Amino acid sequence: MKGDAMTHKHVETYARDFRSYCIGGVLALALTALAFWLVMFEILPDFERLIAISILAVAQIIVHFRFFLHISWYSHRDDLQLVLFTSLILFLMVGGTIWILFNLHERMM
Amino acid sequence: MKREPLLHPGLNLGSTDEYAHNEAEPVIFGFWVFLMADLVLFAILFATYASMSVQGQADGPTPTDVFDLPSAFIETMLLLASSITFGMASLALKYKADGLHLVFWLGLTFCLGAGFVGMEVRDFWVMTQEGAVPQRSGFLSAFFLLVATHGIHVTAGLFWMIVLLVQLRVLGRTTAVKLRLMRLALFWHMLDIVWVCIFTFVYLFGVAQ
Repeated sequence: MKGDAMTHKHVETYARDFRSYCIGGVLALALTALAFWLVMFEILPDFERLIAISILAVAQIIVHFRFFLHISWYSHRDDLQLVLFTSLILFLMVGGTIWILFNLHERMM
Repeated sequence: MKREPLLHPGLNLGSTDEYAHNEAEPVIFGFWVFLMADLVLFAILFATYASMSVQGQADGPTPTDVFDLPSAFIETMLLLASSITFGMASLALKYKADGLHLVFWLGLTFCLGAGFVGMEVRDFWVMTQEGAVPQRSGFLSAFFLLVATHGIHVTAGLFWMIVLLVQLRVLGRTTAVKLRLMRLALFWHMLDIVWVCIFTFVYLFGVAQ
């Protein structure tokens, strides 16, 4: 293993990094499959189904951030805070737009 | 075992390459800030789509009429698989000194990504053949704008991957090339996150409503 630079310590970190991608992959596949299954086979009443797939999407986004992008509380810089702040801005922009435009739509009907 | 501190998003090189690891921090943080700005771009397109898909159908087709869910499922699986194979490429970059593993996983990621773009173009083609063209209604304008913007991002990522494969061949695994690969990894994983929103809020919501 000389050319590979795999010391004993690196074998351990390799196992941990590899496991991270595997866990992420399995969780992401399961969440995706569940969301498509709910819609394709029309499980649950309409409104509950929309809520369920929204929750699954948020869960999958968190899985991607945690296991593929390795964002965690251990981060040295403010990577996580930046994501959370961006999420807040996105929530205000998207939520506000939808709120106003749907309200307007109802009044115009 | 004590965790190595994470200096930046994505897989940290850590003690496998101390020099590149320390170089990576400001460079990748900068790219992370760009990605956040890119998310804002997508958010605006999502907000437009959310209102247009309901209020802007005019006399045109509804989402249920034009969406091909099995096709969207295959695209989702292709992109998710490419995210996992890129993870394997990142591991190869960090731990395997020979370039073979890295090139293999990057090549596989490229094929999956190209498959995704191909499927998407095929979907668009089928839709236009059915008369569901962007100028048909507000819903379709917003749909093509949002999904194609994502598709163009993926295509840009594919070109980026080719350039880096050439650089790996010509320059070898220098620090600069390693840092570029790590940024491409972030870009690629982020596009998969955007796609999670697209398949949920565009395709699944469109069909479920």
